[in-house]
Amino acid sequence: MNLDVLASCFATASCAVTQVSTGLIVGMLLFLVASGLSLIFGVLGVINFAHGAFYMLGAYFAFLCFEQTGSFLAALVAGAAGAGIIGVLFERFFMSKVYGRDLLMQLLVCYAAILIFDDLVKILFGAEYKLMGMPESFATAPVEIAGGFIPGYYIFMLGMSLGIGLLLWLGINRTRLGKVIRALAINPQMVGALGINTTLLYAGVFGLGCMLAGTAGALAAPVRSLTPGMGLSVLIESFIVTVIGGMGSIPGALAAALLIGLTRAFGAIGFPLFVDGLMFALMGLVLVLRPSGLFGARAT
Amino acid sequence: MAAPILQIHDTDVFYGASQILFGIDLAVERGQTLALLGRNGAGKSTTFKAIAGIAPPRRGHIALSGQTLSGKPPYLVARAGIGYVPEDRQVFPEHTVEDNLIVGAKPGPRGDRHWTAARIYELFPVLAGMRHRMAGRLSGGEQQMLTIARTLMGNPDILLLDEPSEGLAPIVVRAIGDLIRTLRGMGVTILLAEQNMHFCLGIATHATVIDKGQVVYSDTIDALRGNDAVMQRYLAV
Repeated sequence: MNLDVLASCFATASCAVTQVSTGLIVGMLLFLVASGLSLIFGVLGVINFAHGAFYMLGAYFAFLCFEQTGSFLAALVAGAAGAGIIGVLFERFFMSKVYGRDLLMQLLVCYAAILIFDDLVKILFGAEYKLMGMPESFATAPVEIAGGFIPGYYIFMLGMSLGIGLLLWLGINRTRLGKVIRALAINPQMVGALGINTTLLYAGVFGLGCMLAGTAGALAAPVRSLTPGMGLSVLIESFIVTVIGGMGSIPGALAAALLIGLTRAFGAIGFPLFVDGLMFALMGLVLVLRPSGLFGARAT
Repeated sequence: MAAPILQIHDTDVFYGASQILFGIDLAVERGQTLALLGRNGAGKSTTFKAIAGIAPPRRGHIALSGQTLSGKPPYLVARAGIGYVPEDRQVFPEHTVEDNLIVGAKPGPRGDRHWTAARIYELFPVLAGMRHRMAGRLSGGEQQMLTIARTLMGNPDILLLDEPSEGLAPIVVRAIGDLIRTLRGMGVTILLAEQNMHFCLGIATHATVIDKGQVVYSDTIDALRGNDAVMQRYLAV
């Protein structure tokens, strides 16, 4: 433990600013992945254990598109759309067959998907680490805040993820489609009897959830190295986020993801050997105090 | 005699291995309010579920305005013009009254948008005053009105009401009855399942009685009122 280092980091503005910005970035990426996971669980009642694979797919689609076109905007769209489309296909051909079945059955289907996607990526891109590199438009001098330096791309990422989160929240709460989706989560048979194609909607929601994971992967591509299996740690952290925030709650996912991000950033200074343990300790604490999560309305 | 708008012909429905409906024949004409009467377990709800596509018939034919419904999934049945209001008031409890209506809104089978939220509030003034309240916090009678209103928002050709008076206080039952009469007066075609015959007497124009999954009687409501034998045998508790 390096508590004195941690204390001195809190005391110096520059260190605090740097760590907070790191924590926010880690947290916002996690938020995008976890909100997709939470959305799928909330509406379809299934846990997409393959969710991390869609994060990876988003990153590789972005990588591929960036290499071909050199446009980061196109890469972002490719990452989101690619993961979304594959998500819809995965739902239609595999996940929809195991709705209402054993959790174990769903787990197996998802685990198979993880292995297959990881191997496909290995075949197509190789097993070694890939670096996408920072797009030129972001190769600017970092922004200085109180002596701490924040790369321009971090600010872009933060804005993008916040914007997407806000759009998602507005979409679900303010639009007719969002209201239909919330109704679908409560009473699918009634929604069908009102003339709404629930099968199509399930596929769409699953695809949207995967698209969120893919967007996070694409946003992470310039700052993380790409490797087959990169989705696993993200998946586990997303689970922690949904447990802390409350399954099915988007604001809960945001709060919990930021909590985890900041815990990681400052934990890396104060408890460098116990960062992962710190996250699980946090989860345990929340489970003891609020078993349904910070924003979970009902105990599940 | 006008061609029936909804026609059920010789229809069998099974739940797993057990047969619930045996060769049901039923016809509703435009503008009619047909009461489907029968004791608890006679097969009223199953008939409705068969029409709505939730319990697809194993044999037989169901058609709306000549268009085959049997074999279609529930959402296509609804889009064809069936407005199914299930029993036990399935409002979306965590949606506001208005959002319940919004979820139910769709054009009718010919693209018409006859029913709007504004018209619904005119017809259901009690809902107008609580449009921003969570539906789960409404009383039983208000929830029943909301489910009917929500289905009307889909501009159906025929309204299927499954036991709308069930579990409601007498004064509320009267209000629901008045509402159905108003709808009838507006020309809405209604198929109404009920055990409570007295509720139907002042509301329905025609009656079909089913017992043990079979149609045993079908005539005008006045003819049924005069037929003590049928009432005693199939409807008395």
